[in-house]
Amino acid sequence: MLEKWKSRPLYQPLLLGAVTLLASASLAWAASATREAIAQAEERDLRDSLAQVLPEGFADNDLAAARAEIDTGAATPVTVYRARRAGVVNGAVFKVSGKGYGGEIVILMAVDKAGALLGVRILKHSETPGLGDKIEAEKSNWIDNFAGKALGTAAWAVKKDGGDFDQFAGATITPRAVVEAVKKGLETFARHKAAILGESS
Amino acid sequence: MSTNAMTLVKDGLWHNNVVFAQMLALCPTMAVTTSGANGLGMGLATTAVLLVSNVLVALIRGIVSEQVRIPVFIVLIASLVTVVDMALNAWLHELHKVLGLFIALIVVNCAILGRAEAFASRNAVGAAFIDGLFMGIGFTLALVVIGLIREMLGSGTLFAQASQLLGANFAFLEIRLHDRGGALLMILPPGAFAAMAFLLAGKRVLDKRFAPAR
Repeated sequence: MLEKWKSRPLYQPLLLGAVTLLASASLAWAASATREAIAQAEERDLRDSLAQVLPEGFADNDLAAARAEIDTGAATPVTVYRARRAGVVNGAVFKVSGKGYGGEIVILMAVDKAGALLGVRILKHSETPGLGDKIEAEKSNWIDNFAGKALGTAAWAVKKDGGDFDQFAGATITPRAVVEAVKKGLETFARHKAAILGESS
Repeated sequence: MSTNAMTLVKDGLWHNNVVFAQMLALCPTMAVTTSGANGLGMGLATTAVLLVSNVLVALIRGIVSEQVRIPVFIVLIASLVTVVDMALNAWLHELHKVLGLFIALIVVNCAILGRAEAFASRNAVGAAFIDGLFMGIGFTLALVVIGLIREMLGSGTLFAQASQLLGANFAFLEIRLHDRGGALLMILPPGAFAAMAFLLAGKRVLDKRFAPAR
């Protein structure tokens, strides 16, 4: 009975339609079932990274709660987390992104009041495992080179391009993208310093 | 274990190994085997998906018609990988941070579609389960071996960063052979082809030597 049906022309689109319908339904169900847990996990990640980019004792406020949206003239406002100690803003943490070898690289950077970097961490990337992923703090200490540097105190390029930052053997595009993005972040900070730090101008 | 199941096990691990006999899934194989730990991560993630996709395909094989079987299997596998990706991200977030890179690559892994088409769509659920499991383990072994050879010659370590994948209890696996670095070529794509070629030749020699006399 079924075998006879299976060779009919009408059976094919019906079967394919039913399968895609079921697949979409299960995807929609899975997406809604995991949305909250994923958001929570990402929030936890954010708190962890915020704690990592700032030196210990630098801030005493809850950074994830001290967020502000700053309009920098770009298409989307920049989300900034202000670091305070004893109620005084002494630095800011914000995200920048660059275009790497495998897609977008999302970077979290912390800058002090004077515009010097406190720390940099990679939040998200899809670079080649074993080559480009050395930008992660867990895989190499390359990312620590940024701490203490400011716009005027370093040549913002990889060594191959005459700058101060090492490239990786077999992967130049990735570190180049990170250096570029961090430099752009510092420039944004310099331009919108008052707004980012929340000082009344 | 019946002789039939035993054949499936042997096929998956050696005689019909995904990488060394079927020569399938070579793209992810070449791309991720820059270290033993990477190979292991990709292998385990693939094994999980292969197992479930084989079972699902075997379950619905009765109603899937010859004409549209390929799109049906592709939709099934792609949805499955996406669901696994979301579930890992939500409930095993730490593992997802390590494996996340590999999961997207599984969608394009033709070995999974290959097993669905060549085996699961023609066999009972139990056999498809065993086939999926051991094809997956065979794939994992191949990836780990290629990864270890490239890592040993290319960076002078064995299983570096394995504790990130398996947890801190497995830190003993990480061995640093020397600090002089290594032949960068082995980490780069040519190293993958070279390691793969020598392993393939080695398997052929072994097969020839131990082939039953005819």
